[in-house]
Amino acid sequence: MFDNLRRLIDKIKPNFVEGGKFGWLQSTFEAFETFAFTPNTVTRHGSHVRDAVDMKRAMITVVIALMPALLFGMWNIGFQTSLNAEDWPYELGTAASWWYCLWFGFLRMLPLIVVSYVVGLGIEFMFAQIRHHEVNEGYLVTGLLIPMIVPVTTPLWQLALAVAFAVVLGKEVFGGSGMNFLNPALVARAFLFFSYPTHMSGDKVWIAADLWGTDAIAGATPLGELAAGSLPSDTALDMFIGTVTGSTCETSVIAILLGAIVLLVSGIASWRIMLSVILGGGAMGLLFNLIGANDYMQLPFYYHYLMGGFMFGAVFMATDPVTSAQTNAGKWIYGLLIGLFAVMLRVLNPAYPEGMMLSILLMNSFAPLIDHCVVARNIKKRERRKEAVR
Amino acid sequence: MKNFDLIKLPFNKQNPITVQVLGVCSCLAVTAQLKPAVVMAVSVTVVVALANLIISLLRNTIPPRIRIIVQLVVVSTLVVLVDQFLKAYMYDVSKQLSVFVGLIITNCIVMGRLEAFAMSNPPLPSLCDGIGNGLGYSVILVTLGFVRELFGSGSLWGYPIAEKLGLYGIGYENNGLMIMPPMALILAGIIIWIQRTRNKDLQED
Repeated sequence: MFDNLRRLIDKIKPNFVEGGKFGWLQSTFEAFETFAFTPNTVTRHGSHVRDAVDMKRAMITVVIALMPALLFGMWNIGFQTSLNAEDWPYELGTAASWWYCLWFGFLRMLPLIVVSYVVGLGIEFMFAQIRHHEVNEGYLVTGLLIPMIVPVTTPLWQLALAVAFAVVLGKEVFGGSGMNFLNPALVARAFLFFSYPTHMSGDKVWIAADLWGTDAIAGATPLGELAAGSLPSDTALDMFIGTVTGSTCETSVIAILLGAIVLLVSGIASWRIMLSVILGGGAMGLLFNLIGANDYMQLPFYYHYLMGGFMFGAVFMATDPVTSAQTNAGKWIYGLLIGLFAVMLRVLNPAYPEGMMLSILLMNSFAPLIDHCVVARNIKKRERRKEAVR
Repeated sequence: MKNFDLIKLPFNKQNPITVQVLGVCSCLAVTAQLKPAVVMAVSVTVVVALANLIISLLRNTIPPRIRIIVQLVVVSTLVVLVDQFLKAYMYDVSKQLSVFVGLIITNCIVMGRLEAFAMSNPPLPSLCDGIGNGLGYSVILVTLGFVRELFGSGSLWGYPIAEKLGLYGIGYENNGLMIMPPMALILAGIIIWIQRTRNKDLQED
């Protein structure tokens, strides 16, 4: 079968090279060929291999790290509906019901993922074509992240619009993967959040009413309850396991931690950033505990890790190697401030129940400045050392 | 021909907003709807054209040391006239524009054209330059106002287009981001992007 495919590709290849009949489709053809087969071109001059991990492998590793959260998120979509829907086909608590939860969630997630990939990759191919670049793999992760951080009932046309906005204005306008200064997945979410607030917040978006459509059952997230002035009705253990309402795949701390282990062991994400985000959030939480002016401030600080998208943001969003700070000292500052601002926004601003998205986007835009200061300081330090030796 | 060029250039290669990046503040503030955007565009065009003409007539008598103050006096007089006119004949729009009519005084396009052109050119070219820059500013303002009102409020000049077409019935919704000032900045950025892609000599490095 692969021989036939190889033969077919070789046969049509002359049409797609420079000057061929479909020469303008060169980069699209190249993308599909290297997707199917390892390229057979060989570097002729000295090559500069520093690491066996290329972009393709790094992206696949992140996708693997996302799998636990994705699978749990799918199951939880069904589980939340089963708890609240009037007619659920199986008796709650049975194995059949358990499996049906996963199937239900899979069917709900599938359109979101398909729309995200089709629209996003479509635009990526278009830009690669116009610019005569190769299509690269950056969108594999972004395209999966976007459906994972929106409410399950997000209308598909709005998602498509947000994906187009994020890919064009969050990424391609700056020159494509690796050139963007904001995390494209969060740009998509921010676009939805400010454009269609009724579909992104409140308490009637988090639980799907049935298999199709955008109808939702009322059910507030823990953060929503806190913003409304009451305490979360879910226990800390529920929030740790993830059987609470929220954006599709952000609820389970356990599943996210499994992903974090994959990212840390493979060395793709920075442990400094993850740790500093967690420390920053904890420090702010403890500070509010000391002030203790209202119920929200008195909430134990570790609740902030369990609620909303804090852990998802810390593990998968803040660590984006393109948009985070690059220097080691810069990473600490960047991460600490993300954690601080996220918790501060949550507690002090009732208009924004969740502060993680905005604080990561804010620090994304400050990351180059932080790096600049760290580098300038280092230069000054070394100059002083040089003076001392002289 | 030269005077006509002065009117024509600001539409593209010398556009005050997309090339000189002047007057951006008001372009973010008043373009949420088409009507105030058009009124603002006309007001600025009138002010910058007349101010250019007056300063150009006075240019040889203004002592260089106090020229900014003289320019400011002329501009503020014109702006107060425009403001009073709007209050008298278009009160609702005047309320919508609120302080931004008064802030035309500080609009960088007005001061920029006076300093850069009217101070050293005869009256007729100065008038043309003022009209051209005012219209160049207007083009961007009206474009932004059109897009933002259409997608942000689903209407044009107050006429509810989306509702009449029955778009809400099939699940369409207005885009809340369009009404916020940041979206005006993003849209202006998109216009700059398109303009520079088409105009090779505007591209830097």
